[in-house]
Amino acid sequence: MQQNILIHYIFKPVVWALCLSPLVGLVWLFHSGGMTANPIEFLNRYLGEWALKFLLFALIITPLREITGWAGVTPFRRLLGLFAFFYAILHFASYIGIDQFFNWKDIWTDLIKRTYITVGLGALTILAVLAATSTKNMIKKLGGKTWKRLHKWVYVAGLAGCLHFFMMRKGVQAEPLYYLMFLVLLLAYRWVSHIRKQRQRTSQSEAQTQA
Amino acid sequence: MLIKMTKALDIKSSEITPKPLFDDRRRFLKTAAIGGVGFVAGTIAPSSFANEGHGKKFIGILPSKWSKESVGEKFTDYKSVTSYNNFYEFGTGKEDPLTYAKNFKPRPWSVIVDGEVDKPGIYSYEDLVNPHKLEERVYRFRCVEAWSMIIPWVGIGLANIIKQFGPKNDAKYVAFETLNDPDRMHGQKRKVLDWPYREGLRMDEAMNPLSFMAVGLYGEELPNQNGAPIRLVTPWKYGFKSIKSIVRISFTKKQPLTSWNMAGPQEYGFYSNVNPEKSHPRWSQAKERRIGEFLKRPSLMYNGYGEEVASLYTGMDLNKFY
Repeated sequence: MQQNILIHYIFKPVVWALCLSPLVGLVWLFHSGGMTANPIEFLNRYLGEWALKFLLFALIITPLREITGWAGVTPFRRLLGLFAFFYAILHFASYIGIDQFFNWKDIWTDLIKRTYITVGLGALTILAVLAATSTKNMIKKLGGKTWKRLHKWVYVAGLAGCLHFFMMRKGVQAEPLYYLMFLVLLLAYRWVSHIRKQRQRTSQSEAQTQA
Repeated sequence: MLIKMTKALDIKSSEITPKPLFDDRRRFLKTAAIGGVGFVAGTIAPSSFANEGHGKKFIGILPSKWSKESVGEKFTDYKSVTSYNNFYEFGTGKEDPLTYAKNFKPRPWSVIVDGEVDKPGIYSYEDLVNPHKLEERVYRFRCVEAWSMIIPWVGIGLANIIKQFGPKNDAKYVAFETLNDPDRMHGQKRKVLDWPYREGLRMDEAMNPLSFMAVGLYGEELPNQNGAPIRLVTPWKYGFKSIKSIVRISFTKKQPLTSWNMAGPQEYGFYSNVNPEKSHPRWSQAKERRIGEFLKRPSLMYNGYGEEVASLYTGMDLNKFY
């Protein structure tokens, strides 16, 4: 009970504030002239990077829960994932409405001809499906197992996001690789823990048969 | 051998007493001399850069065919020109060069000249610059990333500098190299590109009147982040051809290697002329965003310098030689 109150009245507002802080930062950068000489490009890159960051934050939750054993963090996984989608949509909107200024012909050529944009759109589509099916109702409707399987696509979205970032940069730049390395680390953890659980299960069932 | 020579360039001026004294005297004499010219020029053309920047001002800059009066385009503001840079030697972020080139010391500076020339050797910055009159060139600058600027450069026609070295008939290409010194250029500690940065021109491109060696912009010495103390400017080509902080100029028989071509041959060719019809594999080159403007504008063939340079490429398949 007390923990619920803590989560509801302290953690939730704090996490929400943190999730919105990049937008506050943007307003501050805008006013202080910190958006470089090419603010349109800056805005687009800024939103894209935050989308990717939030996607990685969301993927930290499960390992964090398993390592610390603290279930209190679980509700924030959905929140962080939805914020990843939120920033990805803003990133996409800034591309459509500001960078290309609704020049649909140019946008269409970009989408089909520029592989990194196609990859980015793929990641966004996955996030949209996951966001749409993130409610409790949808979990019930789809059934826990199907829902879980569907939401494994978040890993594909993460990889596509990193690839999109890497391909966009010229040369072999470090930043996109840091994101990718972090993602790989998170995926590797899941893989190891999955194998460990499987082993436990087999040894448990062996113990049961012996008994 | 080259390593030895580059090392020699690293000797601090404080270690050779006579040289800086000598340079100072020469500089003093020169400043006094061009100061006189500047006074005259100054009375003809009022200084339009009165409020710009903080670098040392050049005096007596001569107008040219491409001066501000003849070009008639609004300059990109000084702050944008000097804060939004691609200069990976100081980091890959757009504002990294401004941040990390702050303590870079572009003097003393020497340039190795070698290959097919009558007068190879190590030329100091002063050896290259002092024999010439500085000109103003207002050029469009089109980055391969589809943004562009209008920059008032100060410098010397590249052909004038090249003639100084006495190129032989065998010299078919000119190759340039940027300083390779990770201690002074911290971005080189990471192998984003195969350092040193390399660029090159065909001899006739280099001798074209548009090709320019800039030592300044906005009437002042080049800021470090813009490629101090001496850099190339080839306005009909994508910006990365305009190599910065040059320490070596080689005259070759064969087409030299160029950095971006080495990094991505299918994306960046040797010529890299601005061509709105030839897409970069990852993005369109049909349009560009002029820094300071909202809507993109159509890019021009040869960045609008077709009259001057189109004849260099007659008969060439520009889709193949991009």
